[in-house]
Formats: sequence, C-alpha cells, structure tokens
Amino acid sequence: MEKMINKEVEKQLRQVFGAMKEDITLVLFTQEGECYSCAETKQLLSEVAELNPHISFVEKDIHKDADEASKYNVELTPSFVVLDKEGKYRGVKFNGFPGGHEINSFISALMELSGNASDVSPEIAARIAKIDKPVNIKVFVTLSCPHCPGAVEKAHKLAMLNKNIEGEMIEAQTFYDLSTKFNVSGVPKIVINDTLELIGNQPIEAFLSQIEAL
Amino acid sequence: MFNFSIQPTFTERESVDGSKLYEILIVGGGPSGLNAALYASRKGREVAILAKRVGGQLLNTSSVENYLGKDGSSGEELTESFRSHVESLKVPILEDAEIRKLEKNEGIFHVTLADGRIFRGKTVILNLGTTNRKLNIPGEDTFASNGIAYCAICDAPLYKGKDVLLAGGGNSAVEAAIDVAKVAKTVTVIHRSEFRADKILVDKLYEMQNITVHLQTQILEAVGDTRLTGVKVLDKKTKEERIIHGDGLFIEIGNDPNTSLVKDLVELNASGEVIVDDKARTSLEGLYAAGDMANTPYKQIIIAAASGAIAALAANEYLNTI
Ligand SMILES: Cc1cc2nc3c(=O)[nH]c(=O)nc-3n(C[C@H](O)[C@H](O)[C@H](O)COP(=O)(O)OP(=O)(O)OC[C@H]3O[C@@H](n4cnc5c(N)ncnc54)[C@H](O)[C@@H]3O)c2cc1C
Repeated sequence: MEKMINKEVEKQLRQVFGAMKEDITLVLFTQEGECYSCAETKQLLSEVAELNPHISFVEKDIHKDADEASKYNVELTPSFVVLDKEGKYRGVKFNGFPGGHEINSFISALMELSGNASDVSPEIAARIAKIDKPVNIKVFVTLSCPHCPGAVEKAHKLAMLNKNIEGEMIEAQTFYDLSTKFNVSGVPKIVINDTLELIGNQPIEAFLSQIEAL
Repeated sequence: MFNFSIQPTFTERESVDGSKLYEILIVGGGPSGLNAALYASRKGREVAILAKRVGGQLLNTSSVENYLGKDGSSGEELTESFRSHVESLKVPILEDAEIRKLEKNEGIFHVTLADGRIFRGKTVILNLGTTNRKLNIPGEDTFASNGIAYCAICDAPLYKGKDVLLAGGGNSAVEAAIDVAKVAKTVTVIHRSEFRADKILVDKLYEMQNITVHLQTQILEAVGDTRLTGVKVLDKKTKEERIIHGDGLFIEIGNDPNTSLVKDLVELNASGEVIVDDKARTSLEGLYAAGDMANTPYKQIIIAAASGAIAALAANEYLNTI
C-alpha cells in the first residue's frame, strides 16, 4: 500500500518525535463494515507508530471490545485515545482522522504525554487543580481550520492536568449527525458537558471560566 | 484530508524571558509584527514577539496573489516563510500569548498577558491587526453559533452541498465566495453597494456557475428558528424588502482594528485606528503602531509588512537618543 506519510513529512515527524522521553500507546477503535475514514486513520496511526520506538499502536473493535471502549467512553468510530507510559487514560481523545491542520494537535498530544509537557502559569495550574466534577470538552473542528488545533490542544491540556476532565477532538464532517445536534456552523466550536458553548480558539482562561461556572 | 500542515512549532525555540528588559517588544505576530522583528533584530536590538497566533489574518487566506514575488502562495506558506526568516535570527516568539494590558511606568512599558505573566520593554511596537466586523443586525448574535460564520476556509467544509449566503463586496468577500462555492451547492453574494474587490477577482467570481450576486442590497436581519434559514434584505433600488433563503451566512464585510486595549493610552481616529505619524509613532513616546490597526491606508499584507519595518527602524532611532 502507498504510504500516507510522505518522505518530507516523515522527516519532520521523526525529528519532532526525537524528543520523546516516555512510552505512549495509541488505542484506535474501528468497526467492521461501513466506517468512514477508519481505514485511513488506522493507516496513519500505524505509520506514525513506526516512526519512533516510544509509540505503540493497538486497534480495537468498538463492538467486540465493548468493555474497553466504555473504559475510555468511546462511542464513535474511528476514535482513538492516547495512553501514558503507565497505560493510563488521561482524557486525551480524537474522533475522526487527525489530518490537515489537526496533525498539529495530534503531534502535540503525543509529545505532551511522552514527557514533554508544556508549562502553564501557577495561577492557571491552581485553577485547573480545583476542578472536582466530571467535565467533558468537545472541540468540533474541520481539517482546513488553522485555529482549530489550538483549541483542541487546550482541551487536552486541561484533561492531562486533571483526571476529572476529558478532552475530545471531533471532526465535524465525519460526525455529521453529532455536529448537527450541537449546531456546529463555525469551527472551532467548543462544547462543555454538552451544554456550555464557546466559539473560536479561546484562551485557556475562557475554558476555565466556563468550567468553573458549571 | 491527506495533506498534513505541520507547523514547525515543535522544534527547539528561543523563549521570551520575563526577567529581561527588551529594547523592542513586539506585540502581534502578523506580517507587520514579523517584519518589525526582522528589522529590529538586524539592527542588533534585543527583541521579542508576543502574539496570540503567528500569521494573524494571513492564516485565514487561502491564496495570496498580490505579494510581490510570491504569487499564489497560501497564507500559511507565506506565514511559515516569514516565521522561519525571523527565527533564523534567533528572535524569541511567545505564541498563545493574549495581551490584556499595556502600561508605561517610569519610562518602561509593561505588557500583561491574560494568564498574568508580565513582559517589559523600553519601546513597544503594537501590531494587533483587526478582527472581522459584524453586521450589527438583529439575529446576528442569536445565530452566531447556528448558521453564521466568519472564517471561510475554516467553515466552508461544514456547508458542503448547502446553499450559502455571503455578505460583503471587498477582496476578502469575493475570495471567500469563490472558495465556498467550490464546496457549497450555491453561494449568494449580497452587498449593499458595488464591488470594491479587484477586477481580476470579480471576473473570476462571475465565472463560477453556482454564484449569484445581489448588489445594492442591504441585509436587515438574520432570520430562522433554531438555526438560521435566511436573511431579510432591502433592495435599495426598488425599496422592497424580501427574504433570501440559505443554510448559512458568511460575513466578510471588513474588519475593525484591535485597539480597545490602548484606547485610553493613545489617540485613535474615528474608525478606531491608532493615529501614527510617518514614522509609526503614536501619541505616547516609545510606543509605535503598525499594520492594519494603525491609520495607514489600504489593508494589505505587503503594506502591513512595510509599516512594521518603518516602526522598527523608528524605534531603533529613538533608542539611540535615550
Ligand atoms: C480572508 C482574508 C484574505 C486576505 N487576503 C489578502 C490578500 O490576498 N492579499 C493581501 O495583501 N492582504 C490580504 N488580506 C489582508 C491581510 O491579511 C492584512 O492586511 C494583514 O494580515 C495585516 O497584518 P497585521 O500584521 O497588521 O495584522 P494581522 O495579520 O491581523 O495580525 C495581528 C496579530 O496580532 C495578534 N493579536 C491580536 N490581538 C492580540 C492580543 N490581544 N494579544 C496578543 N496578540 C494579539 C494576532 O494573533 C496576530 O498575530 C486578507 C485578509 C483576510 C481576513
């Protein structure tokens, strides 16, 4: 099969991944039969896993491995989570193919979870630590949106820093029904606990103000 | 879908130092800020960039056809070539840095970010650009997340096979109409006067079979129930009101300068732009403004970049005198 990641991109990725310190695991959920972009997502993740020994890749079936899917609250296909070195789910999830601009939030999640976490200011860290109720952050994106990865990265960052928070990218075209349900007419659109909405790549403080208001 | 627009932000970078007093602190990382940094750095000045997003409005541009020598580059390619040029001079850039406050105390500028961090400079060059202007009509806020969009390249894929309305008649409106028409079923361009866009673009627009144009037509209201279903317009010639139906409304009617942060610090003109002299100086000593936020005419990439250069050279000259 022809490679999805060309030589040029491969070189860039190898270089970035060179800074990885810890092992991570990509767990992808697909299903048999009709599944838009499942095959492509699987190919991308397996090619990415070949680029650095710190990355492992496992494929699961959302129906046959239903227990595991529910462990990570996976309800869509293709959907994948990134686990840390202890195999723990840290709330970092992608629904749909992470291509186009979204490759950036994907790389960022891999790097952060493999021991390259970026800093947040002490005030922000303190506010994040205080969140004690379950929070789900959905970030609807399109792959041609340059502002979207920033919003996804913030949702994931919040998730990594607090076990009550889960952050998920949702590719709006792949999950058309879900996008329609949440009236996605502009991206990035951020939906918190299926009720509160933010539009645009907002600063992390804006996420926090919404979460604190829950 | 199978292209990967990797940003080179993952490589090792110089970082902006909160304890340092920069000679020239550049706020905003669009064409103006990046070029200001290039010029300031080549003068040997201690310089840093703070920006929400490197590239600014360039990132919303699918294809740039009027930047000398770079015909047909995407806004992103142009951004990356600007960025790598600036970074080759080891200029530190802090991204995702949203400025909330700018003050001058005892001759030193203090820039406070949304997360509380503070950076200092002997001079500051502001290049905050502009934000999409709203129509300010009833229904615009109601449908802001239910059918109204402001970023054509971001949101066009959401309107595949749909009927889209587009407000505006300048270059960005016409470019957006052409881009959206490639995925939408139809695009209806509605503009209150005549086209202001370049002729070459307007000609291209009229070549697209699925674009309809209503000039001299004013949008009065965004209408719908839970989602936008159309707009109420006034035909200025016949003075008749009617509804034009559509599944989405893209608003591309121009931009407003991002100057609310400094409105009490420097003089603004009636359009809200920072008033600068021919050396990009604002009414406050040591503070410069350039690019789309300043009262320089014509909002274009090459003009923003050039005005950033002027600001940097002027700041350099000023630093020699203090
Ligand atoms: C859709 C579209 C298409 C266009 N097409 C063309 C074209 O083909 N050719 C052309 O010449 N021009 C085009 N333009 C215009 C051109 O993009 C602008 O003139 C140019 O980008 C202005 O540059 P700037 O540096 O002044 O501001 P901007 O590009 O707006 O950059 C502003 C910078 O300030 C940052 N910023 C803003 N607020 C804050 C804050 N509070 N804190 C920190 N940072 C902040 C932003 O993140 C950004 O880095 C187009 C514009 C649009 C919107």
